[in-house]
Amino acid sequence: MSPIRKTDRRGFLKGGLSLGALSLLTGCDLTDNEPAQRLLWNMSFWNDRVQGWLFNPNRLAPTYPESAVDRVFRYNAFYPEEQAPQLDPVTYRLELSGAIGDRRAWTVDELYQLPQTSQITRHVCVEGWSRIGKWSGCPLRVFLERVEADLTKKYVGFICADGYYTSIDMPTALHPQTIMAFTFADQVLPRKFGYPMKIRIPTKLGFKNPKFVVALLVTNDYPGGFWEDYGYNWFSGS
Amino acid sequence: MVAADQRATQRVRPIVLHPLLARITHWLNALAIFIMIGSGWRIYNSEPLFDFEFPVWMTFGGWPEVSQHWHNEEGLAGALQWHFAAMWLLFINLLVYLVYGLTSGHFRRDFLPVWPNEVIRDLRAALGGRLVHNIGERNAVQRALYIGVMTVIVLTVLSGVSIWKPVQFQELTAVFGGYDAARYVHFFCMAAIVLFLVVHLTLTALVPKVLPPMITGRLGRWR
Repeated sequence: MSPIRKTDRRGFLKGGLSLGALSLLTGCDLTDNEPAQRLLWNMSFWNDRVQGWLFNPNRLAPTYPESAVDRVFRYNAFYPEEQAPQLDPVTYRLELSGAIGDRRAWTVDELYQLPQTSQITRHVCVEGWSRIGKWSGCPLRVFLERVEADLTKKYVGFICADGYYTSIDMPTALHPQTIMAFTFADQVLPRKFGYPMKIRIPTKLGFKNPKFVVALLVTNDYPGGFWEDYGYNWFSGS
Repeated sequence: MVAADQRATQRVRPIVLHPLLARITHWLNALAIFIMIGSGWRIYNSEPLFDFEFPVWMTFGGWPEVSQHWHNEEGLAGALQWHFAAMWLLFINLLVYLVYGLTSGHFRRDFLPVWPNEVIRDLRAALGGRLVHNIGERNAVQRALYIGVMTVIVLTVLSGVSIWKPVQFQELTAVFGGYDAARYVHFFCMAAIVLFLVVHLTLTALVPKVLPPMITGRLGRWR
């Protein structure tokens, strides 16, 4: 049983239709009416495809020297910092589901024993700002291979302890710079940045880098995402 | 073209001032630029580069209250959707126009040459109200403005691509001085286009007879 909410984009589109009806009554602009919504969603699906073609699995995101790291990194979420989940390393488990051979749940200690790599890369937010940070952790590809995930599936989805969820394409999941990050700025990943584990993807916008990941899913059924279902472009590659 | 020739031809059939392809691409471009600027202003508001924001009513991307109610966000998603949809209209239309302009001789005939001394001379004349507007002819200031705005639109597209794909097109992003600098370039290109539009629309309002040929392509009897 997949813990990931199966979000159907068409379903959301239908939701958008009633939203369109509402907006006609309230007299708002073109964006909220039905044909415009349909056009915009179709253009967004098209942009997903174009970005899939543009994505070069061997193309690395630029990396920076230690001196370029932003000392004060920006916090960003759909809730204030004090409300960030405080996960207990004793009870924490990373649940696995979908097309994965070995679906045993992982503890923090087990995760920490995975081979690790570090990167200094630019985190780019959909809002426009960017910060350079340092993350270390296990390449997601190494993890997916170890748990015998079916790498021919289309999507890898993530569920977070704060109710957030998102999903990425398999080629990005296998990219060498896509990591399960356990540290930030050489320290254990702080609570506000997703303790104990976040997915760091320098080839995607910030909102595609989920924090507090508690479940991982490999599937061919489009899992959607928190902001993606509100209209942010799903692929959102950099 | 000599004026006498023009009059002679006009008796037979109306003169086509603006070829069909130029008119179609002009109006599609106008639509694309309108959407790109309106949605771009709202995207700008989500992380302003300067100490000001664009009034929400001037921005494009859905009713913020509706978005707040349904999406718990102030309409950034709608603006991004418009921006990433209209960019294709802008890009493909621009490509068609540039290919047409270069191959048909339209650029060479109508926008060149641009000599600085001529631009200054015509600008002085225009400001002094002494510049005669002959329909179908572009003075040096107009030629400079059209070439200038086309260059700026191309730069806007390139800096936009640098912001959109700073990994896949990282060499291009580097040309603009990196991701953060490319955002400033993109902003100032927008500002230049807005300035052009102010001049362009003001002149059209002052000399309204230039508008109908941009729609029908032909010189009418109002001449």
